Amino acid sequence: MTVLEMRDVSKAYGQGAGRVEALRQVDLTVGAGGMVAVMGPSGSGKSTLLTIAGSLEEASTGEVLIDGAPLSRMSRNDKARLRRRMVGYVFQDFNLLPGLTVAENVALPLELDGVGARAARAAAREALDGLRLADRASRYPSQLSGGERQRVAIARAVVGDRRLLLADEPSGALDSVNAEAVMRLIHEACKRGMAAVVVTHDAQLASWADRVVFLRDGHVVDQTAPLPGPESLLTPGQTS
Amino acid sequence: MYTQYYSQHATEWRDVVSVRHALLALLSEGPKYGLQLREEFEARTGEVWPLNVGQVYTTLQRLERDGLAESDDDGDDGPQKGFRITPDGAAELAGWLRTPPDLASPPRDELVMKVLVALRVPGTDVHQVIQVHRRYLVELMQQWTRIKEAEAETDLGLALVVDAELFRLDAVIRWLDTAEGRLKRAGADPPPPSSVALPRLRRRVGMRS
Repeated sequence: MTVLEMRDVSKAYGQGAGRVEALRQVDLTVGAGGMVAVMGPSGSGKSTLLTIAGSLEEASTGEVLIDGAPLSRMSRNDKARLRRRMVGYVFQDFNLLPGLTVAENVALPLELDGVGARAARAAAREALDGLRLADRASRYPSQLSGGERQRVAIARAVVGDRRLLLADEPSGALDSVNAEAVMRLIHEACKRGMAAVVVTHDAQLASWADRVVFLRDGHVVDQTAPLPGPESLLTPGQTS
Repeated sequence: MYTQYYSQHATEWRDVVSVRHALLALLSEGPKYGLQLREEFEARTGEVWPLNVGQVYTTLQRLERDGLAESDDDGDDGPQKGFRITPDGAAELAGWLRTPPDLASPPRDELVMKVLVALRVPGTDVHQVIQVHRRYLVELMQQWTRIKEAEAETDLGLALVVDAELFRLDAVIRWLDTAEGRLKRAGADPPPPSSVALPRLRRRVGMRS
């Protein structure tokens, strides 16, 4: 089942000589359970693609559909609601609110959406449990390590019944062991049925995805073939 | 699971990985049989580098010849023949562990050559050449990552081996990214043809010919 569909999406900023085409005729489809990585150099349009997919920005031309619903036909309120309910974001710098505990941070998107405090707290507990963070629930972000903060940010992005996870360089400045833990969590969220788009310039992170899309100058220039089983890497050999 | 297979790189890697010293390392834990050595070698390297029995025995014979290991004197050459490390063997192993491998002379890298050549062949889109390789490398990395995801949390040896592969492939991708950035800054114009450019480069960096 398709969660995110971008059809012929272009985005331009500015006018005349100052006009910059950030995205050009991008088609991208991500199904439930699918994890797509978008790789490209800086300025290739990666972040623009993510903000348009998450309805934070509007496409200049083309159409974006989330769960089959076209964003172009939604009011601002509808889009805000969609962002609160359906879409989880993970950014490089975690974006946790320092005055709220871990559990409150994770429950926040649900509370903003009108879910009662108790139900929101229960859903937050569940998300934190799933990411092995239950024992951190009452701490404040400043009391956590960088790796833990990013795990909390992922818990917040997957809390409730979110369908689409959008991550922009989610491992930021984390070391490689913590970065791997972050990618493992996103991968697990996809196995539970979310669709994810992860923007990164790091091939080690991108290699967690089922499909890697390469962006250059706003164009999708290439993508990886469907993933075969691990046996294909290992050719039949010595059995002696 | 992977004992029946060996990776595409296994053959090259086996040349790099010192089977001789790996066997000495296993013997440093105590006397062992040949078959046992083979099984333990494979288990400790995440079963990514299989060894055949012949290779194990040839290596053991050489270790014995060089006085680094000794065998039981009962004359039985079968799988039950036991081997143990000698004091010279232990000294050799300790020296090897502390001696960095030769990474000083850059190997002749086919991919580097291809990109350099692509700049000079008329009508070649260097970006396309780079992208074909980048995609292939990312696809390989995806497959190694799947192996890591499936098994490496419980198998430390495998995790270390897969990490090494991922970092090696990642380094090549980073070089491609950097090369592309350089080409962009240089306006992607191929440099004027020069028949002396490659030999000069080789001399400058001491590349093996």
